[in-house]
Parts: sequence; C-alpha cells; structure tokens
Amino acid sequence: MKLSRRKVLALGAGFGAAALTGLSTSGIAFADEAATQAAIDAFAAGAEVGEGRISLTAPEIAENGNTVPISVDVESEMTEADHVAAVMILASGNPNPGVITFNFTPMNGVAAATTRIRLAKTQDVIAVAKMSDGSVFMDKKLVKVTIGGCGG
Amino acid sequence: MFSRREFLMAAVATSAIGGLGMPGQWARAAARQELSQSDLLDMDAYGNVTLVHITDLHAQLMPVFFREPSINLGVGDAYGKPPHVTGKDFLDLYNIQPGSAQAYALTSEDYVNLAKSYGKMGGMDRIATVVNSIRSSRADNMLLLDGGDTWQGSYTSNMTHGADMVEVMNALKPDAMTGHWEFTYGVDRVTEIVDELPFPFLGSNIYDAEWNEPAFEGYKIFERGGVKVGVIGQAFPYTPIANPRWMFPNWSFGIREEDIARNIEAARADGAELIVLLSHNGFDVDRALAKRVDGIDVILCGHTHDALPEPLLVNKTLLVATGSHGKFVSRLDLDVQKGDVKGFKYRLVPIFSDVIEQDAEMTALVEKVRAPYSEELARELGTTDSLLYRRGNFNGTFDDLICQALIEERDADIALSPGFRWGTSVLPGEAITVEDLHNACAMTYPSAYRSEMTGKTIHDILEDVADNLFNADPYYQQGGDMVRVGGMGYTIDPTKTIGNRITDMTLLESGEKINPESTYVVAGWASVSEDVEGPAIWDVVEDHLQKNPVVALEPNRSVKVISS
Repeated sequence: MKLSRRKVLALGAGFGAAALTGLSTSGIAFADEAATQAAIDAFAAGAEVGEGRISLTAPEIAENGNTVPISVDVESEMTEADHVAAVMILASGNPNPGVITFNFTPMNGVAAATTRIRLAKTQDVIAVAKMSDGSVFMDKKLVKVTIGGCGG
Repeated sequence: MFSRREFLMAAVATSAIGGLGMPGQWARAAARQELSQSDLLDMDAYGNVTLVHITDLHAQLMPVFFREPSINLGVGDAYGKPPHVTGKDFLDLYNIQPGSAQAYALTSEDYVNLAKSYGKMGGMDRIATVVNSIRSSRADNMLLLDGGDTWQGSYTSNMTHGADMVEVMNALKPDAMTGHWEFTYGVDRVTEIVDELPFPFLGSNIYDAEWNEPAFEGYKIFERGGVKVGVIGQAFPYTPIANPRWMFPNWSFGIREEDIARNIEAARADGAELIVLLSHNGFDVDRALAKRVDGIDVILCGHTHDALPEPLLVNKTLLVATGSHGKFVSRLDLDVQKGDVKGFKYRLVPIFSDVIEQDAEMTALVEKVRAPYSEELARELGTTDSLLYRRGNFNGTFDDLICQALIEERDADIALSPGFRWGTSVLPGEAITVEDLHNACAMTYPSAYRSEMTGKTIHDILEDVADNLFNADPYYQQGGDMVRVGGMGYTIDPTKTIGNRITDMTLLESGEKINPESTYVVAGWASVSEDVEGPAIWDVVEDHLQKNPVVALEPNRSVKVISS
C-alpha cells in the first residue's frame, strides 16, 4: 500500500473510518475463524479449553494498529509440579493469526509477558495458556482498529 | 422508558440527611423570578469533606449562552437512562417546572425565550464568587477539582496557547486537574505548563508510549477535615484517536481500568479513606467503570458535558455530572468515617450570571487577559435570525452554518463537520462576533481540507463515527456526537452494529442516491492527519458570512433516525 491508511482516511474526515477497507481491498486474504480455531486446537492438543487463570490486557481501541501493546498474566505457583508451560497469542483477524508463543519454565518465577502486535483491523486478540499438566485456559479481548473518533 | 430506581437508591443513601436533589428553595424563588445569590449558594455544610467540581470549561472566561441537547440517545444499558434523557422527559424525571430556572439551565425546552428571561450563565468571576464562598466556610474541608478541557475552546486560549486559562485557573486555586483538549497544544507546550502548575496534573491512564510506563502522576493524597482523600486523575482515554496523535506522539492513553484499580489499592495503602476519580472518561464509560472497578467512592464525571441535578449511585459509587462551559459548579459534601461514606449532600450550583456577584479580583484578571484581543473579539461578522447552537447527536445549527460555508466556499458536494460538544450559542437577532465563531472552532488544527472520496469511503466514515457514539459497550465509545453532514442526508439506526447503521445516503440537492463507486468532492475540517492543507475553518466561515451576512437556517431534516 503506497498511501498510508491513516493519512488518506484521516484526511477524509478528521476522524474517519475504514481501516478495514484500506486493507481488505488490497487483496490480502484474511484468516478466518477456522484457521484461528485450528491453531487453538493444535495448541490445546485435545485438552478442553477453560476460562480463568489467564488474563489478557489490551486497549479497547488501538491508538495505532501497527503497534498495539498487549500483556498477558497467568496465575500459577510456577513450581516444577505445576507451572505454565506456554502462552500462545493469536490475532484472529490478521492474514495469519499466529503472533507469538511464549514458553515458560519454573525458573521464570511468574508467567507474564508483554509485547506489541500489529492488527490489520478490528478483531479479537486471543491468549491461550497451556499448563504443565496439559490443561488449557483462554482469554480474549476485542480490539477496535479505527482511524479515530471525534471526542469532544 | 426510564425508571427512577437509581435515584431512589441515591435517595435511600441520604434519607437520613435530607436536602438531596433539586434545591427546592431556588426552584421556588425562580418561579417568582426573584432568584438571589443566597438561594443558589446557601447550603448547610454537612460531614467532613467538601468536593467542589468544575469541568469542561472550554476556555469560557465570560458568561455564555449554551443550549443543552434536545437529542442525546443512549444505547445498550444506557438506553433511556440519564444523561440520555432530554427536553420534557428530563423535566418530568426530575420534577422540574417548565419555564423555571432549572428548566432553562438543564434542558433545551423553550430555550430562546428562557434565555432572554434568565440571561447568560457562567463566567469565571461568578465561578470565583461561588468557589470563594464555599472556601470561606469549608477551607479545611474542601478540595477544588478541575476535570479538564479547560485550556481550549476560545479565541484567546488559542492565541495564548492556553496561557489565559492557566493564569485564571491558578487564581482560582484548584487542588488538581486532568485533561483532554489540553494535549492538543502539543507535548512541548503541555510539558511546559504542567511543570509550572502550582497543583498536580493527574493522569493515571497516561503512559509514555515508548517505555510503556506512567508519564504523569496517577493520584495524590490530600488531607481535608481529618480525612485522607485519594484523588485519581483519568484523562480522556481516546485522546490520541479523537485528536491528532502526532501532536503528542510519546503519550499513550486508554481506559486502563487495571491501573485505576492499582492506584486505588496504592492510595488505600497510603491511608486514603475516600477515593475520588477525577474523570474525563465520559458519563457512560464512568457508569460502566463504576460497575467493574470496586472501591471508588465518587466519580466526578466530565467529557460528555452532561449536567445532572442529582448524583447517580452505581453500586457504591456516586457519579456527579457538572455540565460544561462554566454553567455549573458541583458541591458534594461527604461524611467519611473510618474509610466509609456515611452520607452525602449535593448541590449542582447553576451559575446564573445576572444573579451571582462578580468577584472583583477575578473580573479584573479576566479583563486583563482578554484586553489585548478585545477589539477583535467584538468584531461583528454578521447577524443570525436563527438560534445558533451545537449540541445534539446528529446536528446543530452552528454546524449547519459551518457546513454551508464549507460547501460554498470550497465548492464541494458534501461537507463534514466534527461532532464536537463544545461551542456556545447565539440567540436569534444577535450579531455573530469573532468570539462566537471561535467558540465553535478554536483549535490548533483548524485547516479546512477539500478532497475526493468515493461513496463507499463516505459510508465507512459515517459508520466508524456512529460506532464511536453508539457502540453498545461504553468502553468503545469516544464521547463525541455524530459527524455533521452538509449536502447529504442519511438514515441511521443507532441500535445496529458497525457497518449496518447508515443507509439511504442521498445528495440533498439532486435527490440522487450516493453511489459507492462514484467520487464526490468532500470539504471538512479538524482532520487528525499531520499535513492537511487548506485555510483555517474560521476564515472559511468568515468569508461565507461576508457574502451572506444574515444567517437564516431552515430546520435540518437530513438525518432520519430509525430504531429496529
């Protein structure tokens, strides 16, 4: 894309729209729900995906879709017998939903991580934790990608 | 449609105290047209802490006319609940007599006639009288808190980069403030001012974008009446989205409720017995926040410019909405015992400029900061036969005028004017001065752009802005109104989801439907983009007024609102 979306659309209205249009018309194929689900299934390796223990922090509306800060925390004693083995981050609406997988050992002491990710459009960001006993927990958050609003 | 349940809950909380709600005394006095300053101000002190709140002054130093909205729709859980109650419904809900002083101050009902009877509201010298009067009896118990949007919104604030407001507010001696439009003076100017402020600028949710660490003090503990009060500041969460991020690229915002929770915990650990959130979130965000975050005793709400005559109780949190443009000052007296609020007494003090005395020192200071610009401020650009105002979800006559100017001066098919909620009103028959015009558009990124857009892009823009206003989850709302559109009509269903709200986009002149594939010339202003070219919007409107010196607007029926 030669024209920056922000410029074109911001010019459009001072607060206008269409982060989605900018990209979707450029011909990139977006991941569908099936691809995201397949990634979760592969990570879970047959375990039931539960709620709780993991919490994902992300902005409700991204200030800049190109670099969205997210962080993830998992409640765990982080002992040899019971610790977080890995946390996978997915961006369900990106061309490729896989973002990053953090691997942990008891040596980490806590299971927490922060990174910045690029989001092509409004979508759910998903964090899945796998514990050392094979159990799996998930949290997700809708992050809106917009050019701006008009607060006033 | 709406219930009084939440108010009844508030009433229960104060039943032992009495005196909550509409100050009956000034209601009766107003009915007799003999409102006096003591009717507005006298209140027996209660408890050990007095919070005085002002917010969203938008740099209005002088008394103003400001018409409240006649349309302010709530969606999701906020449907039909205050502040999404207007006009006659508002009067019924709060038992306000039509034609009374409260009716004039709080609604748009019969606005022009009542404006002529009751006069302008606000003015920093009248506000100073109120603040000083409370301070004279409650100095050791009182905190004066400024909710932000204080430094922007007038000709003089724009010319002085906020210096006029900073000087005047320093004289009023607030204990803390937070902000939103303040940031549009840019990182250097804001830093320069904040470093010199004699009180803290609090922002629990402002982060250094590079290092992802707090950029401002999040909270401060004050001791008043023997009570340690923790005041947490919450700047407008979507400042970098609703306003140009390039002006303050190093600061990141967001709701960051986890930081509020963390700061509550830290303040309590420091001994705070009362937690106050000085908020620029917007009312619906604050209402949602009060349900989600425990431990906030009082939220002083701002941003969405709502004025409510009673606090709203949400779980254990009192929400206070003080209005805007200096029309009101809130006084909340609290009895705090062992870390608990045992009771409260509240008064929304309306600043009737003809009733409340001027504080001589403040009058002199305001005159001093305005003096260099007095001639230009008073310069007349035209007159209006129609009431000019801005507030309302879909349109306001001041924006009708701005859109008309954009279409004619910039030779466009369609005009877009942002749904700002600031800007004062001009009564029919009055001159439109430079001051009036700048009250509606004074800002640091005023360029009027002209560009070609496809019908699809215009639709996407309208959908995006509509979602900022009508997303059923308040955390995704940005607190402005709908972008005002000139030259084009449309139908909107606020209850739908993004992409599905806007239909029937039609060029008004030809009646032709907007074609997604066709290209249209669009003129607008206040783009958040960095390199926008075009004349300042006030020059565009002034040029238009020069050619059309008498403004007479037809009722705007170009937006049709439906509900599924």
